Amino acid sequence: MNLYDRRLLKNRFNLVMSLATMVFGLFFLLWILGVLFYKGFEALSPTLFLQDTPPPGAAGGLRNAIVGSVMIVGLATLISTPIGIMAGIYLAEYGRDTWVARVTRFVNDILLSAPSIVIGLFIYSVVVARTGHFSGWAGSLALAVIAVPVVVRTTENMLLLVPGSLREAAVAMGAPMSTVILKVTLRAVRAGVMTGILLAVARVSGETAPLLFTALNNQFFTVDMSAPMANLPVVIFQFAMSPFREWQELAWAGALLITLSVLIINIVARSLFRQQSGR
Amino acid sequence: MAPPNSATGVLPSLPLDDHRVEREPPRPHGRAMAHWKDRLFEHATLAFALLVLAMLFAILLALVVAALPAMEKFGFGFLTTNVWNPVTMQFGALAPMYGTLVTSAIALLIAVPVSFGIALFLTEMCPVWLRRPLGTAVELLAAIPSIIYGMWGLFVFAPYFGDYIQPALTRVFGNVWILGPLFQGAPNGIGVLSAGVILSVMVIPFIASVMRDVFEIVPPVLKESAYGVGATTWEVVWNVVLPYTRVGVIGGVMLGLGRALGETMAVTFVIGNAYRISPSLFDAGNSIASALANEFNEAADPVHSAALLSLGLLLFVLTFIVLALSRLLLSQLAKGEGRTT
Amino acid sequence: MNDATLVARPEVTHQIRSRTEPKMAIRGLDFFYGGFQALKNINLDVLDKRVTAFIGPSGCGKSTLLRVLNRMYSLYPGQRATGEVLFAGQNIVGSKVDLNLLRAKVGMVFQKPTPFPMSIYDNIAFGVSLYERLTPRAMDERVEWALSKAALWREVKDKLKQSGMALSGGQQQRLCIARAVAVHPEVVLFDEPTSALDPISTAKIEELIAELKHDYTIAIVTHNMQQAARVSDFTAYMYLGELVEYGETDQLFLRPREKATEDYITGRFG
Repeated sequence: MNLYDRRLLKNRFNLVMSLATMVFGLFFLLWILGVLFYKGFEALSPTLFLQDTPPPGAAGGLRNAIVGSVMIVGLATLISTPIGIMAGIYLAEYGRDTWVARVTRFVNDILLSAPSIVIGLFIYSVVVARTGHFSGWAGSLALAVIAVPVVVRTTENMLLLVPGSLREAAVAMGAPMSTVILKVTLRAVRAGVMTGILLAVARVSGETAPLLFTALNNQFFTVDMSAPMANLPVVIFQFAMSPFREWQELAWAGALLITLSVLIINIVARSLFRQQSGR
Repeated sequence: MAPPNSATGVLPSLPLDDHRVEREPPRPHGRAMAHWKDRLFEHATLAFALLVLAMLFAILLALVVAALPAMEKFGFGFLTTNVWNPVTMQFGALAPMYGTLVTSAIALLIAVPVSFGIALFLTEMCPVWLRRPLGTAVELLAAIPSIIYGMWGLFVFAPYFGDYIQPALTRVFGNVWILGPLFQGAPNGIGVLSAGVILSVMVIPFIASVMRDVFEIVPPVLKESAYGVGATTWEVVWNVVLPYTRVGVIGGVMLGLGRALGETMAVTFVIGNAYRISPSLFDAGNSIASALANEFNEAADPVHSAALLSLGLLLFVLTFIVLALSRLLLSQLAKGEGRTT
Repeated sequence: MNDATLVARPEVTHQIRSRTEPKMAIRGLDFFYGGFQALKNINLDVLDKRVTAFIGPSGCGKSTLLRVLNRMYSLYPGQRATGEVLFAGQNIVGSKVDLNLLRAKVGMVFQKPTPFPMSIYDNIAFGVSLYERLTPRAMDERVEWALSKAALWREVKDKLKQSGMALSGGQQQRLCIARAVAVHPEVVLFDEPTSALDPISTAKIEELIAELKHDYTIAIVTHNMQQAARVSDFTAYMYLGELVEYGETDQLFLRPREKATEDYITGRFG
């Protein structure tokens, strides 16, 4: 076989391998989602939303876990959004190339990918150990620490996209800088910033490890955030690892609920973003 | 009277003061407030940015303080001893560290070539109309919460893995010189290898996305000139695209490594929760994250807790180093656009 | 006696000029981008209720000069100006100047139309509400007045709630002009306002500028000499950061005093 044929063969081979990896990836995606939908749907029923988590061996629902998750994630979003947006504004509008801004960006990127279980340990030692008990607050704090870097990153990136001429036009009207930033610059990219917030919500909705040491779990329904609070991820973890069939079924249902919400949030966020930049 | 000086725009003979009329339209009060408000706003944004910085230091500080009792008791031996006995209060991090490193290594070994293949497919081979949907599919894979991977891993993948893949591995490699011992043992689908494979599936979308993004910014001119001399697609990618993007690729791989090291749920379900270092990958083991997930809430003794927190600190430092390196590499890429090899 | 000889006689010249006064008097102005000096010893009057045009080849400093007049350069750390620009009794290049107030009195229209991401109504109301507290009805009237001044009212009066970004390029630029005049400035600066527009929109805007000068002092930077000749009363020709010649537009274009000016105008370079 001459050189040319060998090259062609190598090319063929590698391209086929590349196709194979794509198929490999898609295969797993479809397998995982398929299993999830199949097993999750089996356990899906209105009682999921009407009854609380049952004791071992009994049937029940996930009401307390769903409500708990919504509350914990909701509070985490409320905490992390202003922090993230303000820090993002600083980085894009005031800090820019100063060393403070550069270091902050660097640290932010590290926090972005930091192991979430370590964040859980952090909040544990700072909040839970001090107050002496697990709580919904602690859970929200842990999720907020995970969410802030996401919001900071997207806010800064979005603000940097605003053309200088728009900023100048607002300044030229005699508007003070805070008005320029809040009413013009930020407003120009508000869809992108919303996308960032939504992605942060999607990210923290599925986090289990940080909640293990902060909000823990609660068999019963409660809206008291100063006590341990039921939440979907930890319930899934506990139920899935157990030997009880009803619990395992509930775990699959819960897994389906989480995945559906995460996927829907992602899709909504993406279409929002496309709407904004497609204009 | 002198004619107007053309070199300047000044019209002489008009003393400026006399003809300037002071006309200050009335302005509402509170003008001074604007400056005060502006400064407050600027300082507020700075404060929040510093808060982000403070979070990192707070995490480090809190972990160090909490791990101190164990660090004092065990010293550096903590890192090199393989023991974990809550009864005798003897703790050494070697087994969890080994588990973390091995599962991550397996994950990367599988994920890097597969991600490369996917990135190559998406940028070079994929028909244009298919690019967005497939790219989105990859990103959706990345969005699936890790606990789903764990559950799927335990209930669906592990049985299959244990029934088909593991025996096959033993058959093929069992007697091969160095690899043999790696693939011995009970094929029950649980263990370090299973955890590593599931972890790789989790990490593939991250690395693939970064690689694809990096491949996409290669200037078309560069690729076209390679095609122009008759190179095949593979040759263009291997000899032009990859070297051009190698910094970004390495950065992306390290990002994936950082994720893999810290991942909890995908691993905890199937790793087997055993403080053991064994030559066989089929055996159960523990990673730092899975040890923490399984034990932390049950640890009653403060020394036990402190030992676990030391593990957490260890993990944090490890991922910090990996992520810092990756960040430095990726920002070097952003700065050095167009830099030749 | 024709107008030319009338103007040329010193006594008459003096009389005409004493009726007009420099709204802004530029004295010994230098400007630096970091270490690079972009403006050298500029001395120039911008007269009240007149249109003053700055022309010259790319890089001559005309936009830089314009942007000194509303301290726009203060947004950027490396840029600074020394010298004097006297306006309303103070040196606006000095350090004690309230920049926001200055910019409320000295408005600017940019080369690229920049509607704010809000409704047409809010675009106009934005600037006004910064400095005045108007009742809703007064604000409505102001918005209508500004849009009429900019010859845009009829086209948008039924879609005031629509986004400003949904208008065509020419309309967006007129919106920016409406926005600028709505706050009752004393001076309006135009930085190449029509270079991004089609010829018809350009003509409309030139008409607008001729109208506006009855109420406002106008300074315009343009790379289009014909536009300067059409629109302005006074023209300043700049080259490499220096003011080469300044005078009444007719005189500068028909009988330029400097050879350099003549070369530029006749297209020998630039």
